Amino acid sequence: MSKQYQFKLVLLGESAVGKSSLVLRFVKDQFDDYRESTIGAAFLTQTVTLDDQSTVKFEIWDTAGQERYKSLAPMYYRNANCAVVVYDITQTASLEKAKTWIRELQRQADPSIVIALCGNKLDLAERRQVSQEEAQKYAEEEGLMWTETSAKSGEGVQEIFTAIAKKLPLTAPPSARAGVPRPGTRTGVDLGKQQGGTPGQQEPCNC
Amino acid sequence: MDEEYDVVVLGTGLTECILSGLLSVEGKKVLHMDRNEYYGGDSASLNLTQLYRKFRPDQPPPSELGRDRDYAIDLVPKFIIATGELTKILVHTEVTRYLEFKQIAGSYVYRDGRISKVPSTEMEAVKSPLMGLFEKRRAKKFFEFLQNWKDDDPTTHQGLDLDRDSMKTVYEKFGLEAGTQDFIGHAMALYLDDDYITKPARPAYDRIILYTSSMARFGKSPYIYPLYGLGELPQSFARLSAIYGGTYMLDKPVDEIITDGNGNFAGVRSGSETVKAKQVIGDPSYFGAGKESSDGKIRVIEDGKVVRAICILKHPIPGTEDSDSCQIIIPQNQVGRRNDIYIAMVSSTHNVCAKDVHVAIVSTIVETSTPELEIQPGLNLLGAIYDKFVTISPLFTPTSPGTADNIYITRSYDATSHFETVVDDVHDVFKRVTGKDLVLKKRDVEVQE
Repeated sequence: MSKQYQFKLVLLGESAVGKSSLVLRFVKDQFDDYRESTIGAAFLTQTVTLDDQSTVKFEIWDTAGQERYKSLAPMYYRNANCAVVVYDITQTASLEKAKTWIRELQRQADPSIVIALCGNKLDLAERRQVSQEEAQKYAEEEGLMWTETSAKSGEGVQEIFTAIAKKLPLTAPPSARAGVPRPGTRTGVDLGKQQGGTPGQQEPCNC
Repeated sequence: MDEEYDVVVLGTGLTECILSGLLSVEGKKVLHMDRNEYYGGDSASLNLTQLYRKFRPDQPPPSELGRDRDYAIDLVPKFIIATGELTKILVHTEVTRYLEFKQIAGSYVYRDGRISKVPSTEMEAVKSPLMGLFEKRRAKKFFEFLQNWKDDDPTTHQGLDLDRDSMKTVYEKFGLEAGTQDFIGHAMALYLDDDYITKPARPAYDRIILYTSSMARFGKSPYIYPLYGLGELPQSFARLSAIYGGTYMLDKPVDEIITDGNGNFAGVRSGSETVKAKQVIGDPSYFGAGKESSDGKIRVIEDGKVVRAICILKHPIPGTEDSDSCQIIIPQNQVGRRNDIYIAMVSSTHNVCAKDVHVAIVSTIVETSTPELEIQPGLNLLGAIYDKFVTISPLFTPTSPGTADNIYITRSYDATSHFETVVDDVHDVFKRVTGKDLVLKKRDVEVQE
C-alpha cells in the first residue's frame, strides 16, 4: 500500500496578490476574474501524488483577510509544515510585504517549515515590476523555494505545490517528526462523535 | 475604517469572538477590534514575554523557564465541561477543525486536610475514602433516583417535586450526611456557595446530570481542554468570523463610544478615525469598567471580585498521582469560607508550558480586604511555587440590556470552573442583538476530499 502524508499549508502575502485564486486553481482548477476578498473559503484540501505513488494531502489555510490589519492569530502559524508566500510581480511593494511575512514565519513558525516564495500574475508579465533575478536572489539568500505562477492561466501552479510536496520530509510520519500532534494524527478527544459516547468505556459515575 | 458596519465588536475575549463568529455566519457585516496586540482579552493565553510584560514590566522572563513560544498561560482558569453548551457550539460551528482537545486527567476534592479523587468509575467509587460503606449505598440510591428521573413519569419521582422541593428535602429523603451533601453540591454540582440548598432542586439536578454525563463522555474527569491553551478558543471563533467576512483589527485603541443626540449608539472613534455601525457589542473594559463613560453614563457596575493566582510549578501537585492536569475544589465549609477555592492545573501535555513545568491557577470569590490570604489554603496544596502572579479582578455586569441604545455589553469571566455561564451570556446577548433565539445549525462549508 502506498504511503499517505498530511501537511498543513498556510498562505501569506499582501491583500489582492492572488492567494485565494492560487488555491482555487490548485484545488478546483478554476479561476474567477472578479473574485471578491476571501469569504467563505474555509478550509480546502488537495492531494498530490508523487512519483513513488505516495500521496501528500495538503490542508490549506487561507488568511480569511486577517492579514490586513496585523491580526493573523498565532493559531494560523501553529504546526504549519509549509507556507506559500505570494507577491504580485506587477507590484514592487508586494515583494517587500512578502519579505515581512517571511521574517514573521521565521520568528513564529516551526524552524523546519518549508517556505515557497511565489510571484503571481505571470499573465500580466508586460506590466512586470519585480524582476525574476531580484526575487530569485532573495529566495536563495533566505533558503526559500521560488517560482512564478499565473493563477489565471494555471501556469506553474500545480508545479509549485508538487515541488513543495517533494521537499517536505517524508522520511518520518508527520506526527513523529516534530513531536507535535496535528490533524489527521489526532491523539486527543474527538468532540465530533457526540452521540452514543465512547463504547465499552466508562459507566456514569455511580459514587 | 470609513465603511459602515452592522455590528462593531470591541474586545476579542471568548464571549465576543463567539458572538462575532455567529453574527458573521448570520450574514451581518462585522468589524472586530481589540486594543491589545493579541487575541483573547481577559480570556487570552499569554506567552512568557507577554505574561511578564503584563505583570512585571521591569523584569524579563527567567531564561530557565525555556522558550517563550512553548508557553500559553491562561489568564482565567476554566475548563470545558464535556457535554456542556460550549461543546455544542464548538461542534455546530465546526471550529473544532482548528482545535485539538485533551482530557483533564482528574478532579479532586479537599476534605479534612487532604485531597481525594472524585470517582470517575464504579471501581473508584467503591474504593473512594470520601464516604463510608453505608453512606455509599445511600448515595447510590440518590444517584439512581437522579439518573432515572423522567419529568412525565410520576413513578420515577419517589414523591418528590424537583421544581418545588428544595435540594435540602431531596438530600434528606435519601438520608445523605453533611459531608456527602458538601461533596455533591460543590464537587459535582459545582456550586460555589451553599445558597442552592434551600432553593428548588431542579437546577442542582441539571448540574449533577451535566457533571455525570460529562464524566461518562470521555472518562477520567468531566473536563476537556484545548491544546495550546484556552486562548485558542477565541482565535478559532475569530477565524470563523473572518471566513464569513468579519474584519479584524488588533492593536487598535478605542477612544470613544459615540452616541447621537438621543443617547443611542452611533459609532466608535479610534484616534482620528471614526467607524459607524448600527450596534456595538463589547466587554466591560470598553465601557468605563465601573466608572462613568465620556457621556456621563454608568454602563457597567461591579458585582464582586475574583482573586486569581497564576502559579508556575516545577512539579505536579502533591497527592494527585503526578497528574498532568487536574481540578481541585476546596469546599467553603472545609476552610471556614462562604465561597469555594478552586485550583486548575495544566502542563506540557496540553502544550501550554515547557516540559516539567506545571501551571496552576488558584482562585476564589473575594470575601475580605486581604484577598491574597484567602487563597492560602489552595496555595498550601501546591508545594514549592517557582513564581506567582496575582490578579484581583472586578466582575462587571451591564446596567442595561442595550436594546434601547444599541449598546450591548458582555459580562466579566466569573469564578465558575467552566464556560457554561459564558455561553449563557452569548445566548442572551445574541437574542438581544438580533431579536431572535440562537439556533445552532450546521453551516455550509467547502470541504474537499
